[in-house]
Amino acid sequence: MPLSKEQVEQIASLARLKLSPKEIEKFASELTLILDYVEQLAEVDTAGVELKDQFITAENVFREDKSRKSLSRDEALSNAPDKDEEFFKVPKVIG
Amino acid sequence: MPEYKELTAKQMADGVKAGKLSAVELTKEAIKLAKTEGKALNAFITICEEKALKQAAAIDALVKKGTSSPSKPLAGVPVAIKDNISYTGYATTCASHILDGYIPPYDATCVKNLIDAGAIIIGKTNMDEFAMGSSNENSFYGPVKNPVNHELVPGGSSGGSTAVVAQRIVPIAFGSETGGSVRQPAALCGVFGLKPTYGGISRYGLVAFASSTDQIGPLARTAEDIALAYQVAAGRDENDSTSVAFDHPVYSEKLTTDKKFKIGIPKEYFAEGLDDEVKQVVEEAIKLLEKAGHTFKEISLPMTERAIAVYYIITSAEASSNLARYDGVKYGLREAGDQDLMTMYSTTRASGFGAEVKRRIMLGTYVLSAGYYDAYYRKASQVRELIRLDFEKAFNEVDLIISPTSPTPAFKLGEKIDDPLTMYLSDIYTASASLAGNPGISVPFGKTKDGLPIGVQFLAPWFAELSLFQISNILQKSAS
Repeated sequence: MPLSKEQVEQIASLARLKLSPKEIEKFASELTLILDYVEQLAEVDTAGVELKDQFITAENVFREDKSRKSLSRDEALSNAPDKDEEFFKVPKVIG
Repeated sequence: MPEYKELTAKQMADGVKAGKLSAVELTKEAIKLAKTEGKALNAFITICEEKALKQAAAIDALVKKGTSSPSKPLAGVPVAIKDNISYTGYATTCASHILDGYIPPYDATCVKNLIDAGAIIIGKTNMDEFAMGSSNENSFYGPVKNPVNHELVPGGSSGGSTAVVAQRIVPIAFGSETGGSVRQPAALCGVFGLKPTYGGISRYGLVAFASSTDQIGPLARTAEDIALAYQVAAGRDENDSTSVAFDHPVYSEKLTTDKKFKIGIPKEYFAEGLDDEVKQVVEEAIKLLEKAGHTFKEISLPMTERAIAVYYIITSAEASSNLARYDGVKYGLREAGDQDLMTMYSTTRASGFGAEVKRRIMLGTYVLSAGYYDAYYRKASQVRELIRLDFEKAFNEVDLIISPTSPTPAFKLGEKIDDPLTMYLSDIYTASASLAGNPGISVPFGKTKDGLPIGVQFLAPWFAELSLFQISNILQKSAS
């Protein structure tokens, strides 16, 4: 079933992507093609197939509950597009 | 100095440790080649000249003092790494506009292991943006060219790392795989490429794409060098909880064996869509190995035809989550910073990501959205388990599996870029092993009548990399 323009806009909004009308049109047809292709999985009988979170290391990984060296504040802030001495700075949250 | 391009990593390291070769001279030669031939291929995003020369001088000084021990198996060997692997002091771009200006504040564990082994990191290589692609055309920095023919793609997503090994700029490079991104370009450029067992090499410092399959993998020109590269990089790391504590043998010293392997030929890998010349070459490899005493048996991996569908649902879902971190706040690009927060997010991401990355984020967001999760993600995860069981069953009967690496040789730049589904099918023979966590290697063997390289793939049970290196060595020796 083809994806509608409204559906694509909804996905783009969930994904925080501001798409142009041309991109919305393009993604509607491309995503429809890809979804049609992956539909084939419905043909596979998966009754009773259990899921594993991790299959090679199927055991918990523990470590001592002690603090370790981590990035300093300066290092963590070093790449920020906007910051002050202590914090990341962002535009106003309520428009 | 002997002809630089003829030297393997092993020969370079032995020469440096014996005081016959200088790490600084090797590094200067690699950097010179990177700036000329590497540039012609568009293979590097950054050349790490300053740090490389310092590292090399330190290695030479150690040798002079007589303190360089065998614990430095890559002493003075110039190595390149894919630009999604963190290395302090230089940009890590993932070939994306959204990471503009980002300089990682820490080294990847893999990089640390390489430097501890004496390797010299000479540069960060071009790639498909965030490792999404099979042709290296999805790079903000432009496509990489195939060294064999500059009108062809090198494959992807580790196209730059593969091209610099094929062009002999460095004897070893590291790429990363999510569904074939080391093995497929290795086949298209004619070098060895390994996708280790999931958990073989620490991913700490590898920028995440799809965490349940991402693996760092080496590329090299000989079986011995790729074994050497893997043993240096592999091992448990407390900073990556998925890395496995496995007692790795010294692979490069165990390549020679009298063992006769029992090898499975999966009938589904030789079906429709496989190029005739590629098929012929794989059959020649089978004949050669049969003559050498290895036995072959037809096997079935019934879920093969489902692998690409499963792969694109699972990895796109994981990517949509992993790439949520690029929000214009912590690092990289910020657009529309004077407007409200939501507009800043969506404008930054729209401007920073390329078309393929957006397509996968959109697909991943859709399959994870309310009401669709069970039909897509859960279903795909179940079929993934069936793929894993296919391999488990097969490896009860055989030691290894042989197949083509890629259904076709290298294709023309631009040929498939507007057809995402056809491009996705480039990974048809590699994606299953990634989903099941199994290791795989692409061995350069044979050529098409136009002289294009072809790769023969071997797959193995978890942590049976030794068998992969041994069979690679056997095939390499019998071919020459």
